[in-house]
Amino acid sequence: MASFLDRENTVAKPGFSRWMVPPAALCVHLCIGQAYAYSVFNLPMTKLIGITQSAPGDWKLTELGWIFSLAIFFLGVSSAVFGRWVEEGGPRKAMFTAACCWAGGFFLSAIGVHFHALWLIYLGYGVLGGIALGIGYISPVSTLIKWFPDRPGMATGMAIMGFGGGAFIASPLSVWLMSKFNTPTHIGVMETFVILGVVYFFFMIVGSIIVRVPPAGWAPAGYVPPAATNKMISRNDVFVYDAVKTPQFWLIWWVLCLNVTAGIGVLGQASAMSQEMFPGHITPVAAAGFVGLMSLFNMGGRFCWASLSDYIGRKNTYFVFMVLGFVLYCTVPYAGGTGNVVLFVCCFLVIISMYGGGFSTVPAYLKDMFGVRYVGAIHGLLLTAWSMAGIFGPVIVNYLREYNITHGVPKAQAYNNTMYIMAGLLVIGFICNALVKSVASKYWMVGDKPGSVANGGLATDSAKA
Amino acid sequence: MQTTQESGTSTLQLVLAWGFVGIPLVLGVLSTLNNAMKLFH
Repeated sequence: MASFLDRENTVAKPGFSRWMVPPAALCVHLCIGQAYAYSVFNLPMTKLIGITQSAPGDWKLTELGWIFSLAIFFLGVSSAVFGRWVEEGGPRKAMFTAACCWAGGFFLSAIGVHFHALWLIYLGYGVLGGIALGIGYISPVSTLIKWFPDRPGMATGMAIMGFGGGAFIASPLSVWLMSKFNTPTHIGVMETFVILGVVYFFFMIVGSIIVRVPPAGWAPAGYVPPAATNKMISRNDVFVYDAVKTPQFWLIWWVLCLNVTAGIGVLGQASAMSQEMFPGHITPVAAAGFVGLMSLFNMGGRFCWASLSDYIGRKNTYFVFMVLGFVLYCTVPYAGGTGNVVLFVCCFLVIISMYGGGFSTVPAYLKDMFGVRYVGAIHGLLLTAWSMAGIFGPVIVNYLREYNITHGVPKAQAYNNTMYIMAGLLVIGFICNALVKSVASKYWMVGDKPGSVANGGLATDSAKA
Repeated sequence: MQTTQESGTSTLQLVLAWGFVGIPLVLGVLSTLNNAMKLFH
């Protein structure tokens, strides 16, 4: 079993089609993308004792909110900690581990629901599930880039699109399963967790069986590597722990963090924001439709923007995100002030597509900067920016809204300042992106040796830079 | 256990692999699109 999972046994034989690898990646990303739909369990889990309404002893929403927060926290931690292991152990081992953790998280949570022990759900979905999210998210990234050196953005965009699309499957499936197991004396959350665990384990294992890594030196027929004159696409690899010593890593970290902060804040508040900015025009039902449409654009943007980046370059793609995002955020208060619902909806659909595009374009950006060899591990470290943005984005939107309302600003205008602040964040992101240059040669690996070792200490070897 | 991939990937394998992930995804997207249409009602 152990050898089956090893990288050496996942090397593709002649004749293997690289188009088998994106579905393998999607098997994992569609499953872990369930995280975006976790909120469908929140309300049912507040009524496990009371059944029809919350009773004394039932869990509160505030307590349940920690489950998702823990999962996202451990996503960032595990992708950063296990990134190098994922890279060196190969995609099959990583996908298999992610499958065990993901399914195990659901099973442990089911036990937690059965015994009404919240700490078991924190441990199950929060910690174990979060580790699965981190390992699973980065597991296919470098493999896809190696199979698609001609279209790395499109390849990683396909996988990361799956993460955005996972909720589309999980949300109706979870609601349907709960309805099947609900009885007048029982809420069917436990059974739903068990079934989801089994189904996701099966899907992810299929992905781990299908996945292959290309043989050393493989390239698609007719592939011509980028011209050596393009300084923004490196042909040299940088060791994972050397990458974090470069300004390029931290500049891209901030670019991602700011782009995600701007998007994640409005994504979580889209329903309330649309109703408060257009009272009487956007009903709760229409707002739910708006959120659904935003989710579709979030998913579609992941594929479209990343694919476009193969043609216009990663840096230019992020320039588009920052400039277009700035214009659109500044337009939102105008749309609200003039009551132009169509303009408001269009602005947010494009904004949210760029939020998704920011996630899916960044692996290829890292590959351009640091080479292919440790791109998965470096990507894992970069995802800490996501964890940070996950805190900042909602905080900025929620607290500014509260501040404005308590200071007498009408609800319809309470988000205006927030929009201008988001636009300001994108200006900073624009500057960070503009400062990204090619990585100095002192960081390049020499054979298997990290640049910091081969060059006898980076600090003393600045002449090579 | 050794991985066996001695022969080339067949079209059937590709169709099965893409169908395995594509069908649930398309169904999910259609369900979401159906809900999203409420915005325009």
